[in-house]
Amino acid sequence: MHKDTGGITSNLLGGLCSCLRRCIFGILSMGPVPNHIAFIMDGNRRFAKKTNLAEGIGHKAGFSSLISMLRYCYELGVKYVTVYAFSIDNFKRKPKEVQSLMELMREKIEELLQDESIINEYGVKLHFIGNLQLLAEPVRISMEKAMKVTAHNKQRVLLVCVAYTSSDEIVHAVEESFKEIWNATVSNGTIGQLDRSPKRNGIRVNAQDSCEDYARQDADGSTDRSGKTETSSCNGMVEIAEEGKHDQGELPAIKLTDVEKNMYMAVAPDPDILIRTSGEVRLSNFLLWQTSTCPLYSPAALWPEIGLRHLVWAVLNFQRHHSYLEKKKKQF
Amino acid sequence: MFSLRLPIPIENTLITPPPKSNNNNTYNSSLCAHSYSSYSHSQTNRFLTVRNVALQKNGNSVGDSKDTMMQPFPEELNAEPLPRHVAVIMDGNGRWAKMRNLMPSAGHQAGAEALKEMVRLCASWGIKVLTVFAFSTDNWVRPKVEVDFLMSLFEKTINSEIDVFIREGIRISVIGDASKLPSSLIRMIKYAEERTKENSRLQLIVAVSYSGKYDVVQACRSVAKKVKDGILDLEEINEGIIEQELETNCTEFPNPDLLIRTSGELRVSNFLLWQLAYTELYFDGALWPDFGKEEFVEALSSFQQRKRRFGGR
Repeated sequence: MHKDTGGITSNLLGGLCSCLRRCIFGILSMGPVPNHIAFIMDGNRRFAKKTNLAEGIGHKAGFSSLISMLRYCYELGVKYVTVYAFSIDNFKRKPKEVQSLMELMREKIEELLQDESIINEYGVKLHFIGNLQLLAEPVRISMEKAMKVTAHNKQRVLLVCVAYTSSDEIVHAVEESFKEIWNATVSNGTIGQLDRSPKRNGIRVNAQDSCEDYARQDADGSTDRSGKTETSSCNGMVEIAEEGKHDQGELPAIKLTDVEKNMYMAVAPDPDILIRTSGEVRLSNFLLWQTSTCPLYSPAALWPEIGLRHLVWAVLNFQRHHSYLEKKKKQF
Repeated sequence: MFSLRLPIPIENTLITPPPKSNNNNTYNSSLCAHSYSSYSHSQTNRFLTVRNVALQKNGNSVGDSKDTMMQPFPEELNAEPLPRHVAVIMDGNGRWAKMRNLMPSAGHQAGAEALKEMVRLCASWGIKVLTVFAFSTDNWVRPKVEVDFLMSLFEKTINSEIDVFIREGIRISVIGDASKLPSSLIRMIKYAEERTKENSRLQLIVAVSYSGKYDVVQACRSVAKKVKDGILDLEEINEGIIEQELETNCTEFPNPDLLIRTSGELRVSNFLLWQLAYTELYFDGALWPDFGKEEFVEALSSFQQRKRRFGGR
């Protein structure tokens, strides 16, 4: 009887919170809502230390925070959420920690693919962004499976950056751009064809092709991004063909659009807000290319402590400066 | 980028939050206590007093007549760690002028004086490289009058400071797309770079007509040319190879340890994109012409309290 009362009370409270949250989001939605929010989920280990828990528990608490924030973002109407789950630099940590993080990721991916998870609730398409070949096979396979299973979802997108750094992303984009230009010029017959598949690992090419497939699928959806990508790549190819006519044996110069369309993150528009928890004010090699005009918020809260109030505050500030930023973006 | 201003309890801050002030530009530092400064009352008074330095000292330069370059090292700072490379986005000249009902050119002139002070401080305190964002590729859309004034200001300032740089061991380098600059400015830059290339006390890198994205693209073009010429294999392309081709290859320390952006904006605005991967960012509410020794000491103090892990432990 006592337990039943406790259960009813918590259900009522939960319902009340949910109702209140919907009211807040209703008010926020009267202004511009960010299309894409990126998070650097910093502070799990410090949280574990602070609360005298094992390090692994800190990361699990972090995952719970992630689910909460995803729910808030998707409820508000944010279409794209990107999270920095694991940097290439994090491989420098103790092997035991890295292994347990990989295990945790694999376990949570399986959880996310369950019927009652947030992925199905909001129709979320999953992207795993990064140099996936650096990951152990079991976790890489589970990521590929998750991307395949959610490929048809169109309502929301979750981009999880794993084995990712911006510098690695840019190097990869440059290599792909160069190969495209080289192979396009080959049609003039003056330069030998480059092997399209990288010597490293076919997975990366596959991942990139998959990203392009998703971008094309997205063309049916609401974003401009894939449209722009296709247009710019069409323009790029036209320019290459035209340049090829004039300078046989000369390679056309790599353009900004070439690099951009070959980025792992080309499947999504640039973030409107970047939030890094735990009070650190640095980018740590995350989305350097994509966040150049994006506001950065640095709440002191550790990632497992992040709450609705932080998101609301970030969105309010975004709305305050939205018209100014839009004007600036048009100038670029 | 914008500060979060709700009175949400501070958790795990590294330093005590600075006192609040009544100034309009005060940021309630409850969420970002240690990442930028808020105005103290003394700063408030300084802000409200019209800063006539730029107007009164018109034409005076760093190290003029009996003044020496050396500024004593502040007691509030530790000797270590100091950033080897400081980058600055000098934002706020226009707003500074507008607040005083002056033309934007007055703001830029005041900004030039603030830059001279910054150079003096960096040279005095052992900072090896100072990179400043003077003019972005995006700034070409500004009114022609303002752009022309800025170009002539750059030329005049370099001209007036060359002798000081030579005397004080400061090397000047300019990065950015030179193709759009007036030819007289290009000549002045080449002359200044040549005359100061042996200096090693402080390297001042001025980014003019610069864009972080285009820096990466031009580096990629250089790399692509090397691949095409057979100097490099495609498989050899890595981060180091690209980094060597960036315009910041003119210095031994291409990656800033600390980036300061003034005027309260919380974004990077296409400045040194690649190079900022691990840079500590510091956002100050002061407008650039008002950013002086006190503000710089606070920025350095904040840097000294940061814990840099670079992804590892």
